[in-house]
Amino acid sequence: MARQKPYDGVALCAPVTVPYMRFSDKSAHWWTGAALAALARQTGLGPADFDGFCFASFSAVPDTVVGMVQHLGLSPRWMDHIPTGGASGVMALRRAARAVQMGDAELVACVAADTNQIDSFRQTLQGFSRFSQDATYPYGFGGPNATFALIADNFMRSYDVSREDFAKLCVAQRANALSNPHALMKKPLTHAQYMQARPISDPIHLFDCVMPCAGAEAFIVTTPEKAQELGLSTARLAATIERHNAFAEDGVQTRGGWARDIDDLWSAAGYGPQDMDMVQAYDDYPVIVAMQLADLGFCDKASLSQFIADTDFTIGGSLPLNTNGGQLSAGQAGAAGGFQNVTEGLRQILHDPLGEQIPNAQRALISGFGLVNYDRGICTGAAVLEQDVLR
Amino acid sequence: MTDPLIPPKRKDPLVVTRAGHVSPTLRSRSATAMAARAGMGRFVLQVCDDCAKATYPQRDRCPFCWGTLSWQDQPNGAVIEAETTIRSSIDLFFKEHLPWRIGSARLDAGPMATVHLHGDVARGDRVRLELKLDRAGNPALFAMPERETPHMADDPQLRVFTAHPKFRRVLVTDGRSEIGQAVAEALLKAGAKTVFLGNADPLMRYPGQEQIEAIPGIEPVHLSLTDTRSIETLAGQLGGRVEIVVNTARFTRQGGVGFGGHLSNLQSGLDLEVTGLMRLAQGFAPALSARSDDGDRSAAALVDIASIYGLTGKAGYAGSSATAAARLSLMASLRGEMAQTGIRVMSVLTGPIEDGWHQNVPPPKTTSAQIARAVVTALEQGQETICADEVAKDVLARWLQDPILTIREENK
Ligand SMILES: [Zn+2]
Repeated sequence: MARQKPYDGVALCAPVTVPYMRFSDKSAHWWTGAALAALARQTGLGPADFDGFCFASFSAVPDTVVGMVQHLGLSPRWMDHIPTGGASGVMALRRAARAVQMGDAELVACVAADTNQIDSFRQTLQGFSRFSQDATYPYGFGGPNATFALIADNFMRSYDVSREDFAKLCVAQRANALSNPHALMKKPLTHAQYMQARPISDPIHLFDCVMPCAGAEAFIVTTPEKAQELGLSTARLAATIERHNAFAEDGVQTRGGWARDIDDLWSAAGYGPQDMDMVQAYDDYPVIVAMQLADLGFCDKASLSQFIADTDFTIGGSLPLNTNGGQLSAGQAGAAGGFQNVTEGLRQILHDPLGEQIPNAQRALISGFGLVNYDRGICTGAAVLEQDVLR
Repeated sequence: MTDPLIPPKRKDPLVVTRAGHVSPTLRSRSATAMAARAGMGRFVLQVCDDCAKATYPQRDRCPFCWGTLSWQDQPNGAVIEAETTIRSSIDLFFKEHLPWRIGSARLDAGPMATVHLHGDVARGDRVRLELKLDRAGNPALFAMPERETPHMADDPQLRVFTAHPKFRRVLVTDGRSEIGQAVAEALLKAGAKTVFLGNADPLMRYPGQEQIEAIPGIEPVHLSLTDTRSIETLAGQLGGRVEIVVNTARFTRQGGVGFGGHLSNLQSGLDLEVTGLMRLAQGFAPALSARSDDGDRSAAALVDIASIYGLTGKAGYAGSSATAAARLSLMASLRGEMAQTGIRVMSVLTGPIEDGWHQNVPPPKTTSAQIARAVVTALEQGQETICADEVAKDVLARWLQDPILTIREENK
């Protein structure tokens, strides 16, 4: 297989988060505009200045990136629409980076935005995908909770991982969220509270589930020269991977596409897991966090329980995990939930966090996981980001 | 082990009846094609015309080689690899039926599938998958214990996918006929609480009357399918107390179209069997629909018994076959309407009946006992279309294979 070429001449900058709301009477268009307005405040730029636009959303229907461009007065010479939810941040990053590197665009706004109106979650689920409409939702309509319950049931027995292990991940993320003023969850979560939570779909309990909400996330991909001109701190993209529908032959999902490509990621990056100052991972259900930790090379699955016990996942810990609280504690704003790993990782290495700073953070591992089309997450991706210039 | 169903208590008239929501109904055309086969009691999957691998969920092309797919009967064994008990749902039907158990099944045929679990089935078990129809007439894979377990049919999740007569109250439209009497007796044997047995002419005695009316559970009622007012009156009396309606009315006469047929026979047949079916549906469909999710004694089904020759026409029985055709057509339309309210609409198809109107037809012919057995099986299985006998099976098989050829054959 051809080796990935380096992302020379690409700068990542200006991560923004539009504070989440549990329910919103505004549209995805409104939230997208709010994210662009936040980018404008950071950069002093307006609609005419962006020549690239990369967009992710579930609730903008019937519009795609096309409708959004006209709605918000953009005139890009490059655009893309990423429909992959939890994997959309990494994918937007990769696509925008190559567009900038090759000169197809110079200044790309990557935006994910979703609203959450009363009952919109149910309506989104009903028409989510053909396989789920035909073969998942009629089976009790437990939504993603039920699908991930089946995955968790199998995973926990196969690798001897327990709810106690998941508790540690969730409690650490909640501790991280407490310094993030935007996090929807504002109270500490104790181990006992996690363990005693009400069952939702066995073995999934309340604190394994995210809180759907409205919100938006955005960042800019541009050239180092342009970033300098705008006075923006920058990160470089060390390496990325992306894979969809990997291991289709597996029965119940126990691994994601990362497991297939992870060696390529680390060899292209020139680093290993031990060099990362943090992991910003997709976390809708802690079983998926555990799966990623193993598939991304931090440990093998048989030793996951031990690895979790030996690791401190808080901001001051040995491997800070989802330092804004992740979707579990900050909220899941639809496709924006798939961008917050990128924006939070960027903020930490650019030393401009929403909450507490990881001391001397230089490198972030970002991991995305998206779209339960039927019985498993289909889309996976990961990226290694590294601090370049602080301004 | 399944807890045996206990006889439902008399309903508290002050309690609001649960609205009969159906599970989500949006489906692809391929899923609908699976439902059509499920309705005939088949266990089918799509199999690739090129590489012969089975696939699921329903697709439009083979995921292994991109070949075309066709529906084929497949082995129905499977192993449950993971399970969950859903305790929270935002769906209007399921949220009233929690907890609900589902599992991940590895089918012997190859694919993985999310399936409903019978209460006696757990992770690691080998199971027998049944392809059912849900309340909205959509396909549903249901994992049954590999071997019979005590009170297996009483499983509350399974009962959502069947119209089992146990403890239900049934209206059988024509008790004057041998068929109606056989059906009534079989339903009581299968656990029905009451059979309201229709009699179009209470002043006239009929053969077998004393025996059938002496059976505990039989309640004679006045019902004439040719009299709209008699149906309205009965529906007013029984509407809230009937869970299953079985239409056994029949009017068969010999005769062709251009030769030997009597217009009056055709008119009588159409009035009793076709207009009568519509009268019956208009009388009882609203009441059944209103109680389709009413606890252990939910209204469940409307069953109609019609000649298989409604699909093809039949030389020598042209008028009766035309009547059956109209009857099947009405049933297809009614099925679509009732799929929105959670009531199953079932057709029992028969060959020539062993009666005085088929004396010239050589055997095999359909007996009342066969028809009664088919009615009970359809209800117990939740099956939409069932053949009562070998002739009906043979005609249906040929018709499915080549309808225009079968029509020619049956009218020679
Ligand atoms: Zn094939």
